[in-house]
Amino acid sequence: MKWPSMGYARAKTLAELWSALAALGDGGKIIAGGQTLLATLAFRLSEPGTLIDINGINELRGISTNGQVLRLGALTLHADLCVDPLVKAHAPLLTAAAPLIAHPAIRNRGTLGGSLAYADPAAELPACMVALGATIITASAKGERRIPAAAFFTDLLQTALEPQEIIAAVEIPLTKRLGAIEEITRRSGDYAMAGLVATLALDAERVVAPRLVHFGVGNIPVLAAAASRALEGRSLDRASISAAQAALADDLDPPRDLHGPPEMKRHLARVLTERVLQGFLREKVQAA
Amino acid sequence: MIPITLTVNGEKVMRHVEPRRHLIDFLRLDLGLTGSHAGCEHGVCGACTLRVNGKIMRGCLILAASLDGADVVTIEGISESGEVADLQAAFVARNAAQCGFCTPGMVMTAAELLAEGGSPTRGEIRDYLSGNYCRCTGYQAIVDAVEDTLRSRSAAP
Amino acid sequence: MNEITPASIGLSREDLPNSYIGRSVPRPNVPKLVQGRATYTDDVTLPRMLHAAFLRSPHAHAKISAIDAARAKAVPGVVRVFTGHDLAKICDPWVATLDHLKGMKSAPQYPLPLNRATWQGEPIVAVVAETRAAAEDGVAALDVEFEALPAQTDMETALAPGAVVIHPELGDNLVFTRTAESGDIAAAFAAAHKVVEARFVTGRHTGVTLEARSIIADYNPADETLTVYHSTQAPHMMQGVFAKQLRMKEGDVRVICKDVGGSFGIKVHVYPDEVAVAAMARIMGRPVKFVADRFESFVSDIHARDHRIKGRLAVDAEGRVLAFDIDDLTGIGPYSVYPRTSAIEGNQVVNLCGGPYDFKNYRCTTTVVLQNKTPTCQYRAVGHPIATAVTEGLMDLAAEALDMDPVELRRRNLIRDDAYPYTSPPGMRFEGLSHHASLNKLLEMVPLDRIRADQAEARQRGVYRGIGFASFIELTNPSPFMYGIGGARISAQDGCTVRMDPDGSIVASSGVTEQGQGTEAILAQIVAHGVGVPVNRVKIITGDTQTTPYGGGTWACRGAGIGGEAALQSAIALKQQILEVAGAMLQASPETLDIAMGEITDKASGKPRMTLFELGRIVYFRGDTLPKDLQRELVQTRHFITKEYPFAFTNGIQASWVEVDAATGMVKLLEHWCVEDCGRVINPLLVDEQVRGGIVQGIGGALYEHCVYDAEGNLLTTTLADYLVPMSAEMPEIHVGHVETPTRESLLGAKGAGEAGTAGAPAAIMNAINDALRPIKARVHEQPFTPERILRALGTIA
Repeated sequence: MKWPSMGYARAKTLAELWSALAALGDGGKIIAGGQTLLATLAFRLSEPGTLIDINGINELRGISTNGQVLRLGALTLHADLCVDPLVKAHAPLLTAAAPLIAHPAIRNRGTLGGSLAYADPAAELPACMVALGATIITASAKGERRIPAAAFFTDLLQTALEPQEIIAAVEIPLTKRLGAIEEITRRSGDYAMAGLVATLALDAERVVAPRLVHFGVGNIPVLAAAASRALEGRSLDRASISAAQAALADDLDPPRDLHGPPEMKRHLARVLTERVLQGFLREKVQAA
Repeated sequence: MIPITLTVNGEKVMRHVEPRRHLIDFLRLDLGLTGSHAGCEHGVCGACTLRVNGKIMRGCLILAASLDGADVVTIEGISESGEVADLQAAFVARNAAQCGFCTPGMVMTAAELLAEGGSPTRGEIRDYLSGNYCRCTGYQAIVDAVEDTLRSRSAAP
Repeated sequence: MNEITPASIGLSREDLPNSYIGRSVPRPNVPKLVQGRATYTDDVTLPRMLHAAFLRSPHAHAKISAIDAARAKAVPGVVRVFTGHDLAKICDPWVATLDHLKGMKSAPQYPLPLNRATWQGEPIVAVVAETRAAAEDGVAALDVEFEALPAQTDMETALAPGAVVIHPELGDNLVFTRTAESGDIAAAFAAAHKVVEARFVTGRHTGVTLEARSIIADYNPADETLTVYHSTQAPHMMQGVFAKQLRMKEGDVRVICKDVGGSFGIKVHVYPDEVAVAAMARIMGRPVKFVADRFESFVSDIHARDHRIKGRLAVDAEGRVLAFDIDDLTGIGPYSVYPRTSAIEGNQVVNLCGGPYDFKNYRCTTTVVLQNKTPTCQYRAVGHPIATAVTEGLMDLAAEALDMDPVELRRRNLIRDDAYPYTSPPGMRFEGLSHHASLNKLLEMVPLDRIRADQAEARQRGVYRGIGFASFIELTNPSPFMYGIGGARISAQDGCTVRMDPDGSIVASSGVTEQGQGTEAILAQIVAHGVGVPVNRVKIITGDTQTTPYGGGTWACRGAGIGGEAALQSAIALKQQILEVAGAMLQASPETLDIAMGEITDKASGKPRMTLFELGRIVYFRGDTLPKDLQRELVQTRHFITKEYPFAFTNGIQASWVEVDAATGMVKLLEHWCVEDCGRVINPLLVDEQVRGGIVQGIGGALYEHCVYDAEGNLLTTTLADYLVPMSAEMPEIHVGHVETPTRESLLGAKGAGEAGTAGAPAAIMNAINDALRPIKARVHEQPFTPERILRALGTIA
C-alpha cells in the first residue's frame, strides 16, 4: 500500500516550525522519526495534509543534566536511550526499557517524543515517564508548558498536547529510587500483552512512594494507585506483595484485545506485580 | 516535488521526489536499486532494512524527501565495498538463504551486529535478527552464518 | 534395489569428484541473493507498463448495488477502471471441482464478481494507473454502494436449517463429503480396553510469503500473444489457465517465472485478481503489473487448516491400536479454489489419519462447507499437520490412559519396517517406510534420560517442562491420481532437456521450478553427476513455458523426485550420446570410455583422452571430419512419471522439548528434533534447512499464526503486527537426522522433503505442552496454543 498524497516541509528551527504550523493550520502534521506515523499512514485511514519534518531542529536534541533533573530532548532516539552514559547513570530504568522497544532498525530512527506523542497504551516509554515522575515539556508559538507525565496521557492515543504544540523535551528528577520494567510479549520486540514499570524507594525496610505503572492493559499507562497504596510504608515481603496484587482489582479495567479477555490482562498484571516486586526483593538481598 | 541531494552507495544523487515516496520506492523505482525489498510496507518484516547515516533503518518508514544530505548504503553498496564479503560467503556456505527475499535486509542487520563488535551468544544473535522475517529457513542457518563470521573475525589478527 | 552405484549410471569410480548426489554442494543461486542481485517479478519493468490496484469488499457478504467510477477516473494518473461485467466480456468464469471427488460442487467464480461480494477482501473493482500509488488513489475515489447481506461465517452451522446459503443455485453449503471406512469400528470400540477421545481445532492460517503474489501480464496485439511474468510454482498450469479463461490458444500464452520469493503452496492457485490482471492486459494491449500489498495478501492469499476434528481411539490392554474414528469439518470460504479445489485438504485428513500405525478398523469422515471468509486451499503439507495432530494427540491420550510411556506405545504400533508394501485402512499404499529405524535414530539424538530427569527436577521448582513426540507420514511425488484423474490439467509428469554446448558446458531446462528450496541446485548436481562434469559447468533453466519441457512445476514435494529423475535420465542419455561421438573420434568403443570432470577418459585406467571442449569444437565447427552417419546431436530429453504407486510416501518423527510458564501461559521452545526419510538425500545441506524451515512453519501454526475473524466475517489480523509469524528469537535449535529408504520407482530414489517439518511439528509441540502441563491437570488441543488458551486450560481464567 502506498501512502496517500501529502505535502512535506522542513523546519530547521522552532521559529520556522511555528510559522509553518501557523500557515498550514489543521493541515500540518509533525513528523520526527516517523516510525509510528508512517506505519499508520499506509492504512490510508486519514489524509495526512502536510508533514513538517522536525528532525533538523537542534533545540529538540540533546541529553543533559543540571544536578536536579535529567533532560532528554524530544528527538532523542530509542537507540540513544540504550547506550547514553548520562541516561545509564541517572535513569537506568530507561536503559533497561529502551531495548524492549521493537528492533534495532526501529530504535535507530524512532524518537522519545514520537513515542510519547503517539501514546500507544502498550508502549514502554509512556509508562516509564509516569513511573519516573517525569515532566513533559511542551512547546508552541505561545511558549512552553510543563505537564506531569501522569497528566499527559489522557485517553486512548490521546495526550494533553494542544493543536500546534509539540513535545520539546522531558525532565526526569534525579533520585536514588529503584526502578524496574517487565513485560509479557508474544515475541521479542512486540508490543506488550501486559507490562509493568515500577519505581520506589526503600527507607530501611519500608517502601516509600511506590509508583506501579501498568501498560498494555488500559487506554493509557495506568498508575495503579490502590496497589501502590497497599505497599506504601510497608516492608517489601510476601504479604505486602500479595496485598498489592489484590488491590490491582480496583486499579485496572482492561479492554479485550486479540491476545485475550480483560480477565487475562488482570491476571497478567498480577503476575507482573509479583515478579517486579520480587525482583526488588532479590536486589535488596543481594545488596545486603 | 521536493529536491534532494544525497549520497547513495558513495555516489552523489540529485532528484526531485514526491513527498509520499518512501525510501524503498525511491531506490527501486527512481534509482533502479532493486536489492532492497518491500515486504510489508508497514515496518514489521525487515526486508527493506538498509543503512542511513551509518545505522540500519526501515526503508519503508522513511520519506525520501527527508533525506536531503543523507548517506544511504544499500545491499548493492555494501556488497560492492566488500565490507561483508565474509558474511555473504558464510551465507552461501551455510545455505542461509532460500527464496532470498529477506536476505538483503538480513545481511544489512547482521552487518550492524558485526560492526558493533563484541561476542554475542547465539541467543543474542537471534534476538538481534528478530526484526527480520524469514519464511523459508528455520533461521538456524542464518544464525550459523552470522556466528561463523563473528568467530572468524575475532580469530583474525 | 536401485542403489546409485558408479556402475548403475556408468561412472567408473565411487569417488569421482563429480559424484555429486548426496553431497552438501553450496547452492549456486545464493551469491546473487546475498548481494541483492536477484530479479523478482516486481523488479521487472516493461515499456508502457501500467499498475493495478483493487477495491476489495469491506463486507463478508454483500450485494454490489452500484459502482460509480467517475471520481476515480478523474484522479491524476488513472487510466482505466474495470468492473466484473467489463472483464466477463472476454474472460470466462471457472468452477473448481474434481471429478474423482464424488459429489463435489462449487459455484462459478469470475475474476471480479458480477453482483455479489462473498468474502471481506474479495476484489470487486480494478483501477489501472500509471503508478501503483495513483491506482490506489483511484481506488480511494471509487464510489461503490454495497448492500450488506447476512454472512455465514461459522462452519458448524453452515449446513444447519436457517444457514445463509452462499450460492443459492447450489442448494446448500455442502461442497464435499467423504467417509472412508474399513474393518468393524463398532466392534473394535466395544472390545476396547481403553477408549480416548478429544476435540481438536487447527487454526486458520496463511502462507505469508515474504514476496507477495506478483504478476505482470503483457498482451501484444501485433502477434496476439500473452506473456505473463508470474510469481508462481506452476507456470505450465497457469499457461493453460490463462489461455482457457481468456479464450486463447495455449501456445499463444507464455508464462515466465523470475525469482520467486517463497511459495509454500500459496502460489500454485488461480487468484481472481491475477486473472483480472491478465484480462485487463488483454483488453488494453499493454503490460499491467499487480503486486499484492501485505494487507491485501492477508485477505486474498489462500488460507488453510480451518478444521474442527473430533477423534476417538480404541486400544487393547497391551496398547495395540484397535481403531480410529474421526470426524473432520472444515470451512473453505465461498468458493472452492481453482483448479486444485479446496476439498483436497479434508480429503487428505481422511487419507492420512492413523497413518504411521498398523491397525485394521478405521472410520473417518470429512465435511467441507462454504462460509463467507477468505477461500482456503492447499498450503504446505496439505492436511498432514491436521491428521498428525489428531493421530498423535490421541496416541498420547491413550498412553496416559494406559499409563504407558508414549514412546513405547508408538513402538508397539508403528508399522514394522519389513512389512512393506503395506496398504493403510483408508487405502494408501506404502512402498517402503522406516518408522522404527527413524524412531531409533531419534532416540539416539534426543537425550531422553537427561530430559526426563531435568523435567522431574524442574517440576519440584514449579517449572513445567515437557517433551512430545509425533510420528508422521508424508505424501510426495504425486501421480495423476491426485489431480489428473479428476479432470484438472495439472501435470504429474515432468521433463528435462540437457544439452552440451561447444565449450563443453551443459545446459539443462526443466519443467519443475525454483522458489528457494534449491530445485536448480539439485538439478545441477544431478546433471553434473549424470553427465560427468563439474557442477559449476551446468546451468539450469526453469520457469519458462516456452523454453522448458512441459511439466507440473514444484509442489507436493515433487521437484526432486519427479523433476530430479527426469534430469538424471536425460543427463545419462546425453552422456551416452557424448560417448558415442567420442568413440568415433577416438576410434574406441564407447563402452571403454567415460566422462569425468568434463573430460573423456579411458574407463579402465582413468586416463584422460579428450576434453569436452575439444569434442564440442569438432562437433559444432568441424562436423565435416566426423563419419557421415554419426548421430551427433548433443541434446537429450527425458520425461518421468511415477507408475507403480499413486504417491511416494515418506515418513519421519519429531520431538519437541518445551517449557510452559504456568503463570502466563507462555510456551518456550527449548529444543526440537526431527528424523525424516525422504529416500535419497541429494544435498543434505539443503534438505536440513528445508526441514527446519518446515518445522518453523509448523511452529507458526502451533503457537502464533491465526487468521482471526469477528462474528460478521471481518478479518481482524490484517497486519504483520497482528498476524504473528515466527521470528528468530523464539525459535529453538533444531536437530535433523535422516534415514534413507529410496523409492524403487526411479533410479534416483528421491522422495519429497519439503513438507515433513510442517507435517509433524504442531503435533509434537502439542504433546510437549500437554506433557508439561500433566502434573497440573491441564490439556490443550486447540491451535494455536496461545497464552489465553493455556490459561483457560489451567483454569486461571474462565
